[in-house]
Amino acid sequence: MMRRTSTILLGLVLMASTGLGQGSPTMTVIQGGAFVPLYGSDSAEVAVAEFELDIYPVTNAEFLAFLSENPKWQRSQALRLFADGNYLAQWAGDAELGTGMDPAAPITSISWFAAKAYCACEDKRLPTMDEWEYVAMASPTAANAQADSVFNQWIIEGYETPNTARKKVGGNFANFWGIHDMHGLVWEWTSDFNSVLISGESRKDNDLDTSLFCAAGAVGASDLMNYAAFMRYAFRGSIKANFSVRTLGFRCARNVEK
Amino acid sequence: MKIAETIKRVLGVSSIVLMLALAACSSPEGQGQHVDSKEIYTNGTMKAELTSPPFVPAPVGDRDAKQLTVDMEILEEVGEMTDGVQYVYWTFGGSVPGSFIRTRVGDEIEFTLKNHPDNKLPHNIDLHAVTGPGGGATSSFVAPGHQITFSFKALNPGLYVYHCATAPVGMHIANGMYGLILVEPEGGLPPVDREYYIMQGDFYTKGKYGAPGLQPFDMNKAIAEAADYVVFNGKVGSMTGDNALTANVGETIRLFVGNGGPNLVSSFHVIGEIFDRVNVEGGSLINENVQTTLIPSGGAAIVEFKVDVPGTFIIVDHSIFRAFNKGALAMLKVTGPEDKRLYSGKEQEGIYLPEGGTIQTMPGEVPVAPEASSVEDRIEMGRRVYAQTCLACHQPEGQGLANAFPPLAGSDYLNADVERAIKIVIFGKTGEMTVNGATYNSVMTAQTLTDEEIANVMTFVYNSWANNKTEVTPALVAKVRSSH
Repeated sequence: MMRRTSTILLGLVLMASTGLGQGSPTMTVIQGGAFVPLYGSDSAEVAVAEFELDIYPVTNAEFLAFLSENPKWQRSQALRLFADGNYLAQWAGDAELGTGMDPAAPITSISWFAAKAYCACEDKRLPTMDEWEYVAMASPTAANAQADSVFNQWIIEGYETPNTARKKVGGNFANFWGIHDMHGLVWEWTSDFNSVLISGESRKDNDLDTSLFCAAGAVGASDLMNYAAFMRYAFRGSIKANFSVRTLGFRCARNVEK
Repeated sequence: MKIAETIKRVLGVSSIVLMLALAACSSPEGQGQHVDSKEIYTNGTMKAELTSPPFVPAPVGDRDAKQLTVDMEILEEVGEMTDGVQYVYWTFGGSVPGSFIRTRVGDEIEFTLKNHPDNKLPHNIDLHAVTGPGGGATSSFVAPGHQITFSFKALNPGLYVYHCATAPVGMHIANGMYGLILVEPEGGLPPVDREYYIMQGDFYTKGKYGAPGLQPFDMNKAIAEAADYVVFNGKVGSMTGDNALTANVGETIRLFVGNGGPNLVSSFHVIGEIFDRVNVEGGSLINENVQTTLIPSGGAAIVEFKVDVPGTFIIVDHSIFRAFNKGALAMLKVTGPEDKRLYSGKEQEGIYLPEGGTIQTMPGEVPVAPEASSVEDRIEMGRRVYAQTCLACHQPEGQGLANAFPPLAGSDYLNADVERAIKIVIFGKTGEMTVNGATYNSVMTAQTLTDEEIANVMTFVYNSWANNKTEVTPALVAKVRSSH
C-alpha cells in the first residue's frame, strides 16, 4: 500500500517535471506461466513467476531526474569500471540532454550498472532474461505469439529499421499484457543478459552447445521466431556490463508481494 | 698470399651465386608457394588503401611484406536497390560489397573493426584469407559503438571472400555484409591495363522485384532461396549506363569477381568476350579460354581478357533470368577503332523465310487429318493450332508484344480484310504495317499449314478476343492460295 502511494506520487512528480501525461499506472502485472525460450536454460521449458513490469522503457526525462538525485551516475562522475566512454556520450552536460534529444524518447547509452542502480532507486530491479523474453513473445492479441509468422516478421523488420531509438516511448502497440515497445524501439538490458554465452562465432555456437541448439529446435515454431530471438541473444552476447550503446535502454521489473 | 686471397674471393663470390641459385629454386617466379609463408619477414608498416566497388587499390607490385593496418567501419544504412526501391543495407565500409582489401603474401595485417554507434546490431568479420578459428570471427565480435582489433598473417595467395558471421548469419550476409580481400603472390600479379571489382549477391524483399518503397528483408523467401533481386555490387544498374565500366581497345582487363550469396551460385559470363585466363575459384589454378566460370557462394574468381574490338560488353550471371529479370547485369564499354577482321559488325541484312517449323513429314503414307464438322469444332481444333504455331509471338491472349508482334485481339487490321489475313498466314509478311494505331516493322514467316488447319486457326482467332466472329472455311483458304 505504501509502495503504491509512492509510485503514484512519483508518477505525478514525473508528469509535472517532464510534461508527459502517460496516465497513472507505470507498471502492470504479468501473470506467471511457462514457455520455451530460444536458449538460456537447461530444461526446455522455463517457468516464470508472476511479476510486475514497467509499461514503457525508462525515458530520457526520467533518467535525468534520477541523475539530479544521484550525481555519482552523472557522466563526469561515473566510474569507468561501471560505465565505458560511451556513457551518455550524446548528452550536452551532466544534467542536460543533447541537442535534438527528445525527453520522451527512451534513455540509451547507459551501462548495466547504471540501469541496475536506477531500478534500485525505484525500489525495483531489472527483469531477468526469461521474464523479458516471456513478455516479448506476446503480440497484441496473444500471450504467446511465437508461432505467428506475421508478428515475427514485424519484429525482424523493427530490428532492421535504423534510428528507432530516437522515437518517443509508447509508439508501438500495447501487447497482450498492456506492455509497450518490447520490440521496435530499443534493445533492453536484463539482469542476467550475459548468462548465455555467445562467442560471436554463431556457427560454432551451434555446433558446440548442442543443448542450446536443441532448445532452439524444441521451440517448434517458425524459423522466423528463432531468427528474431537469435538477434537478441547475439546482441546480448556482444555487450559487457559497462558498455553503453546508443540503441540499448532498459525498463524495470518488480516482484509481486504475496 | 695474393693467390690465397683470390681463391678466397672466388669462393666467396661463388657461394653467393650458389645461394642465389638456391633461393631461385625455392621460389618459383610469381608464385612463392614453395616458400614457407610463415617465415616471410615484414619490412615497415603501411595503412591499407581501401576502395569501394568497382575500384580496387593499387597493385602491391614488388614491395616487401609489411605490417599492414586495415581500418574498417560497419554501417547500417538505407540505400537504393533500384529506382524507387530502398533497402536497409548492412555494410563493411559503407558499400555493398564492402571495401576491397589488397595485401600480399607475408603481410601481417592488423585489422580494426568498428561498429558505428548508430547501428543496432553486433557484427563480426570472417575473412576466408585468415588461417585461424572462424576466420577471425571469434575474435572480432563487436557491439555497436565499439571497436575491436585482431591480427593475422596472409599465408596463401588468392582472392578471398570476407563476410559477417554473426547470428543469424544468413541475414547478415543477405543484407550485404560481404566483400573481397586479395592476397597477391610475391612480386604481385602480372600487370594489366585495368582492374575492377565486381561482386554478386542475392536479395530477398517483402515486395516483389520493383515493388516501390522501403522494402524489408523477407526471411521466408531467403530460406526458400527465392531471390527477388540478383545483382552485381549491391543494386540494380550499379554498372550500367553512366556507371558502366570502361576500357579502350587493346587493353587487358582483370576482374576480381566474388559471390557473396547468401544462396545462389553464379555462372559468370561476359557476353562477347572469352576469358583468356581465369584463376579458378580465386586460387592458383589457371584455366584458359573460358566462356563462363562458376563462382560459388562465398567464393571468387579472377578473370582476365583483352578487349580487341569496341562496343558494349554485357556482364551477366548466365543463369539468364537473373540477368534480365532480377538485375544481374553490368556493362563494360570499350571505345576505340574497329577491327573488321575480328568482328565485322552488321554487313548485310535480308529476309530469311524458311519453310516454317510447324509440320515436318517424312515421305510416304500421309495420315488422314481430321476435319472440322462445325464452327465450334473448328474453333476448338484451331485453338490447338494456335497454341503450337502462333502463341509464341502473338501471345496467349492474342495481345502481341509491343514494338515486335502486332496484336490479334481486337485487331482492326485483322477484322478489316479476311483474305488479306489468310494470305499473310500462307505466304508470310515483311515490312511496315499499322495495327490499332501502332506501327510494326517485323517479319512473319510463311506457315506450312494445310488449308483445313489455316481455316481452323483463323476461325479460332476471329471468334476470340472481341474479333468479328468470321468463319474461315478451307475452301476460302484454297481460293486465296490459288489466286497468287
